[in-house]
Amino acid sequence: MRIPCPICGERDRREFYYQGDALALNRPDPDAGDVVWNDYIHNRDNSAGVTRDLWHHEAGCSNWLVVTRNTVTHEVLGAELASMVKGEQG
Amino acid sequence: MRLSDYGQIDRGNAISFRFDGKTYGGFQGDTLASALLANDVRLVARSFKYHRPRGILSAGSEEPNAIVTVGSGVHQDPNVRATVQEIYNGFEANSQNRWPSLKHDLLSVNDLMAPFLSAGFYYKTFMWPRAFWEKLYEPVIRRAAGLGALSEKPNEDTYERAYAHCDVLVIGAGPAGLWAAYQLAQTGLDVILADEDFRMGGRLNSEADQIGGKPAADWAADMVAQLDQMDNVRLMTRTTVTGAYDGGTYGAVERVSHHMNDRGGDRPLETFWRIHAKRAVLAAGALERTIGFSNNDRPGIMQAGAARSYLHRYGVATGKRVVVFGNNDNAFRTAHDLSAAGVEIAAYVDARADATIDGDFPIYRGTQVTDTKGRLGLSSVQITDGGRNHNIAADCLAVSGGWNPTVHMTCHMNGRPTWDETIASFVPTAGSIPGMSVAGSAAGHMSTSACFESAQDIAARVAGDLGTATPADPLPTAEHAAYAIEPLWAVPGKARAWLDYQNDVTVKDIKQAAQENFRSVEHMKRYTTQGMATDQGKNSNVAALALLADATGRGIPETGTTTFRPPYSPVAIAAMGGEARGTGFAPERFTTSHAVAKDMAAPMIEAGLWYRPSYFPEHGETTWRQSCDREVMMVRENVGVCDVSTLGKIDIQGKDAAKLLDFIYTNMFSTLKVGRVRYGLMLREDGHVMDDGTTARLGENHYVMTTTTAAAGLVMRHLDFVTQCLHPEWDVSFISVTEQWAQFAVAGPKARDLLSNFVEDDISNDAFGFMQCGAMNVMGVPGRLFRISFSGEMGYEVAVPARYGESLFRLLIAKAKELGGGAYGMEALNVLRIEKGFITHAEIHGRTTVFDIGMERMISAKKDCIGKTAAARPGMVDPDRERFVGLKPVGTVKQLTAGAHLFNEGDAATRVNDQGYITSVGYSPTLGHFMGLGFLRNGPNRIGEHVKMVDHLRGVEAVCEVIDPVAFDPEGGRLRA
Amino acid sequence: MLKLVAKSPAEGLVPLSVGTMELNEVVPAAITSIACYQGHADALSAALKEHHGMALPKTGQATGRAGARAIWAGPSVFLVGPEPHADLSNHAAIVDQSDSWCVLNLKGADVEAVLARLSSVDMRSKAMKKGQVVRSQLQHMNAIYHRVSDDSFDIYAFRSMAKTMVHDIDRAMRYIASRG
Repeated sequence: MRIPCPICGERDRREFYYQGDALALNRPDPDAGDVVWNDYIHNRDNSAGVTRDLWHHEAGCSNWLVVTRNTVTHEVLGAELASMVKGEQG
Repeated sequence: MRLSDYGQIDRGNAISFRFDGKTYGGFQGDTLASALLANDVRLVARSFKYHRPRGILSAGSEEPNAIVTVGSGVHQDPNVRATVQEIYNGFEANSQNRWPSLKHDLLSVNDLMAPFLSAGFYYKTFMWPRAFWEKLYEPVIRRAAGLGALSEKPNEDTYERAYAHCDVLVIGAGPAGLWAAYQLAQTGLDVILADEDFRMGGRLNSEADQIGGKPAADWAADMVAQLDQMDNVRLMTRTTVTGAYDGGTYGAVERVSHHMNDRGGDRPLETFWRIHAKRAVLAAGALERTIGFSNNDRPGIMQAGAARSYLHRYGVATGKRVVVFGNNDNAFRTAHDLSAAGVEIAAYVDARADATIDGDFPIYRGTQVTDTKGRLGLSSVQITDGGRNHNIAADCLAVSGGWNPTVHMTCHMNGRPTWDETIASFVPTAGSIPGMSVAGSAAGHMSTSACFESAQDIAARVAGDLGTATPADPLPTAEHAAYAIEPLWAVPGKARAWLDYQNDVTVKDIKQAAQENFRSVEHMKRYTTQGMATDQGKNSNVAALALLADATGRGIPETGTTTFRPPYSPVAIAAMGGEARGTGFAPERFTTSHAVAKDMAAPMIEAGLWYRPSYFPEHGETTWRQSCDREVMMVRENVGVCDVSTLGKIDIQGKDAAKLLDFIYTNMFSTLKVGRVRYGLMLREDGHVMDDGTTARLGENHYVMTTTTAAAGLVMRHLDFVTQCLHPEWDVSFISVTEQWAQFAVAGPKARDLLSNFVEDDISNDAFGFMQCGAMNVMGVPGRLFRISFSGEMGYEVAVPARYGESLFRLLIAKAKELGGGAYGMEALNVLRIEKGFITHAEIHGRTTVFDIGMERMISAKKDCIGKTAAARPGMVDPDRERFVGLKPVGTVKQLTAGAHLFNEGDAATRVNDQGYITSVGYSPTLGHFMGLGFLRNGPNRIGEHVKMVDHLRGVEAVCEVIDPVAFDPEGGRLRA
Repeated sequence: MLKLVAKSPAEGLVPLSVGTMELNEVVPAAITSIACYQGHADALSAALKEHHGMALPKTGQATGRAGARAIWAGPSVFLVGPEPHADLSNHAAIVDQSDSWCVLNLKGADVEAVLARLSSVDMRSKAMKKGQVVRSQLQHMNAIYHRVSDDSFDIYAFRSMAKTMVHDIDRAMRYIASRG
């Protein structure tokens, strides 16, 4: 598997650390309530199809990436810097 | 028998080799199989289950029969295919799965037992009594039905792994592969051409064809020479591409030294390649299948195409009187070519009534081979013609049941091949592997001319995809013969007809599977073991499916195929492991004081990748405990020095540095004064403790954080996460300085006395009190000093740039000795911190909360932080949770063990009664007894109670008193001294 | 008077000469991490130019010349050689990394073949030109590769792993050389 790091270019997946769903970017307010916090910390979809996950380019530029890929075909559809994605969300 | 006018072997280079102890001659360019056939050796193996005598079936990597053991001793290599193995001077191989010899194999009695050993016999016969399976049946079956044996000595061969990159990977160097590679290379693209053979050319080396007016093998050799001259082409011979993986990554194994007689040393035996290619062209060719008829497995019976390979490539006649049996026009070639070479064709037998062959030999149309004779090798062939049987004397029977495109790799990512009626076989389904196209006979093109056309077409498309000019050389002229196959899977007969030679699976076994309702192809496979041997059924899969389809009344497409998985052909686990063994397994991290510790004979303990001294033995000490006890008392009474450089150190700067620290630590760091150090606790977002450590503020916007040794990488990643994924707007940067600083703990009542030899600054308690820090000149070198303690004694940590680490450590030890001190290791460090109730990752192991470790007051109410919300959930602060306590033995057993569980006195030591567990133990020479740290239900409220410690693993049971975890100097007077 | 003695990371481990390849230690006078503050990129680049005569390198690049270079190093830029001018700290976090890295120069005709055994990244001349920098792995450790000429690379890995670094490169060199 290859991941197109926006900084380093396409790299072997061995250089990356896998974290999980990119919804980790959306940290709730402290007073958002149990349901929201439980969803943020614990609940994840296990979808067959396109997902967005966080990968850390640990052996490269140290950037966290939001990688879009298809869990059925294993196709990697793209990767963005997590800081940019977060920045756009504000 | 060797023929003088044929072959691509080097007759000027004679080779002597041994097989089963007997010496034979061959030539450079021979495989073991071709050399044995040249010496008229037909019997080379015994079959897996029935111990049937077997010969050489094929001339390639698909060989199911001729499996041998090469070499002996540490270099012994079992299960080598004789058809692939090149010979060299001094080469030695032995047949396997026979005793005492190939000709007289006692276990051939299994063949007589055949009626009881058919498909599923394991499942039916060895069911009961159950205990017999492991003790009796399984070992006996293993011994009887076996492959080659390992040497049982450590493997001394060298293996390596490597990466390669290219625009296009061409897999297979037959006509289609060579032409595709040549066309693509002309456009300037980077091309890797890989072929499993030691000589490129594929079938071109095995046929009598002419290409562009030249003998096919010469044309291939010329093409290879041209490609070899091109800078953008890399030729990889003896390299089998074994698997297709995600993102254009291919696995390949190169047999680097199997053909050389000087094994060992630095040259790898094999290299496992990971090849990344933007595009791939699969030109893996096709494999000939046999036909199921009675006794079709005798030595001397082989693929018709293999007989041609031995003739044209190796100059070997596979028999003196040969019968050819086929169902397609391709079989004609074997009869014609052998006949032209002067070999007697005893009969050409074609199952098709309308076969159009002419030749100066007996021809039987609409006829089938129905049986064979010959105990250790073929002696005659029975054909049935118009209901009458004839026996024809023959020593070789060349069979062609048609050709199966090598679709395997197109199925490695879940693709399924498509049934093609016209060639009665499966062909690859387009798009099965992203970026891979299939050319030549692998795509079902059965003439050389059609192979060239498809290669040209695919090369043009690949070049177009990669944005280079379309290659357009005129196609070489080549044969365009018809194939005209009429499927024939099995000939009815009374005796067993083999399909899967390697696993001894017969036509009857397939039918039996269907009868017993193993109708799914996947069930049939597992029930009969068809296709499950090391050859993965390359000869037999399609026929087995066809027979299963027939037996279940379904069509072949409906029946489907089993799943082809990597590797295409066997790969040694050692090759995939490569150099990752011994010292190549993982990096070793050494502190700057490592050499000094080794000089002091300190045994090392691994902490992650780091090596740290356990203890520093002194003269007369015979156990680690003696050294440890001495080192603990040395620190408590005088002074000790310990290398703590392995702790993670992270330099954090920027105007939002304080904001970051406040957010990742539970407590406040924005309020920390410059020149001060504070202990901090870090949580995961789910409220559990992630790590702890001290952070020093060196400037308004400048901090240095320490992490535990174990969590240094984790914390760096966490900081990256927080600053990139949650707060990219913060202006803060950080970098690891773990490697930059050699840092030594100096602890004990005489710590200040020791250090004053090294620094000129005033480090008295007034000038440099507890939890103070700062830059400091250390013997003329710019260093740092921190007044922190992990021992409970007056403690400093002194840091210098790593280049000076070894030197400083030596000097510290020397000076410490003058004060009655010295070096201390991990064992003493552990005891010192246990006496003080200081936690490590033994306690913050991922399931403990701030509340559990009694530090809930460290969560600042004034701010949010990672994990704060989750840590406040009711279940996380339930008083009945297992919480941090100290323990000391008070019964007759004075020992405590880490990992033991705690129970109420009087309760049975069972899971439902579990009250907690012990995380750390050590013998405290200070307190005069063992001390443990652990977690006990509602622990802090049970101080003074007795509990029972039970270590089920070691069989230790001890009555303990629950005590405060801070057992030594609870007021902390010593560390502030 | 007691005096501290300096020791370089690969002392006693190199030089090595195997086949066509040479492995030598490079000991820069200083290695300094320069992490630009937000909004200071232009000012930092100007300061670097003014005081050290080199531009701020872009991603995957190095600037300067032998003995005084700036190399891209992922989250920050490393100034390799000169002591950093004090003015740089107005625009960037400055951290001394002089003792953090073992820097080895790998030189020889088979340099690309050796690298193909150490990292999964394509470092053939077609993909990586002189002056380009790659952060990747060297077997199992993190490393920085800087192509300094057609046939040589400076390779950076953590000081504590110097022994394994030399071990792994040495082994790759020997395997290549043994093929003849």
